[in-house]
Amino acid sequence: MIRVALAAAACTTFAFALAVALLERPVPAVDLPAAVAGTLGASGVEHPITAVLLNFRSYDTLLEIAVLLLAVVVALALHEAQPDSPDRMGLDNPLLRAVIGALVPLMLLTAGYLLWAGATRPGGAFQAGAVLAAAGVSLRLAGVALPGFEPPRLWHAGLALGLAVFLAVGTGALLAEGGFLAYPTGWAGALILAIELALTLSIGLTLLSLYRLAPPNADDPNAAVDGSARDGRHGSEPVATGRGGAASSDEDEQIGMGGDSPSRPDASAPP
Amino acid sequence: MNGAMLFPWVGIVLCAMGLFAFIVHRHLLRRLLAFNVMGSGTFLVLVGLAQDGRGVDPVPQALVLTGIVVAVASTALALVIFRRWYRVSGHARLPEDV
Repeated sequence: MIRVALAAAACTTFAFALAVALLERPVPAVDLPAAVAGTLGASGVEHPITAVLLNFRSYDTLLEIAVLLLAVVVALALHEAQPDSPDRMGLDNPLLRAVIGALVPLMLLTAGYLLWAGATRPGGAFQAGAVLAAAGVSLRLAGVALPGFEPPRLWHAGLALGLAVFLAVGTGALLAEGGFLAYPTGWAGALILAIELALTLSIGLTLLSLYRLAPPNADDPNAAVDGSARDGRHGSEPVATGRGGAASSDEDEQIGMGGDSPSRPDASAPP
Repeated sequence: MNGAMLFPWVGIVLCAMGLFAFIVHRHLLRRLLAFNVMGSGTFLVLVGLAQDGRGVDPVPQALVLTGIVVAVASTALALVIFRRWYRVSGHARLPEDV
């Protein structure tokens, strides 16, 4: 109770401070929308947000893709340090496979359109990469093995591609123009498109990899307690979470989520 | 207060709610959700403040887009770490220090 009261007091204070800051906000010294609109013609793209992301403030995007690479490297390192049991994920459901077979080409088309549209209207590398990752995740849910993850060299190269292309373009501009990421006049549009293409691939692959690098439900410590669920499992069947109830008494201690495969109505049935 | 300023006010409410849930709950998944609610509130404040009567400002929108990407990646990494912690310990929360 004291804990809740203290938390409520802290949050009220926090909200009050934010509200005061909002009411007493200073007038902006620089008119940023006008500044962006004034230099938009030289940016190589027609959409102001894309221009800010990849030209005026391209350091932000460079560091963003570096953060993504860092996240996936940490996940890879954890994966190396704690080997997983063989990946048996996938619902062997013909309807799901048919629906995904129809959806994935459309998703790839949408990703390509979003990437291309980013130059003139809302869209861009992250949106396209997110759609790509969603396509990869649904393929994985259907149990379709994606090529290129084994051996991992190609996979790792794809993860690093976005940052590598970004750094290469930035360094090239440094040598040619004398400023890091200062695109040469007339080349900005093509360079931005090249960077966005590499970013899309890397962002999609990063999100998909982070999804794949979580340990499978087969390694659930509470599932290991009742061995029958573990051994009697068919290869392509969804993995039972093993929450039959005996493993943990405190409900709050449970992981509280189904995990990798979403539609599993019989997962909690004891074996 | 005009209609455009509705978004920062909602953002402040979301920030406070997220902070409250982050403090109160101990389950790591709930904390992660609270962290995300708080992040969404921050994004709303940033984007909403930029609509303050001078038309749409693309700079905060680009900043928020970058922030969303980083938030997605950090959430995914947190989930990976959380699942690995759950695998080695069998617990969905961290042991108490005090």
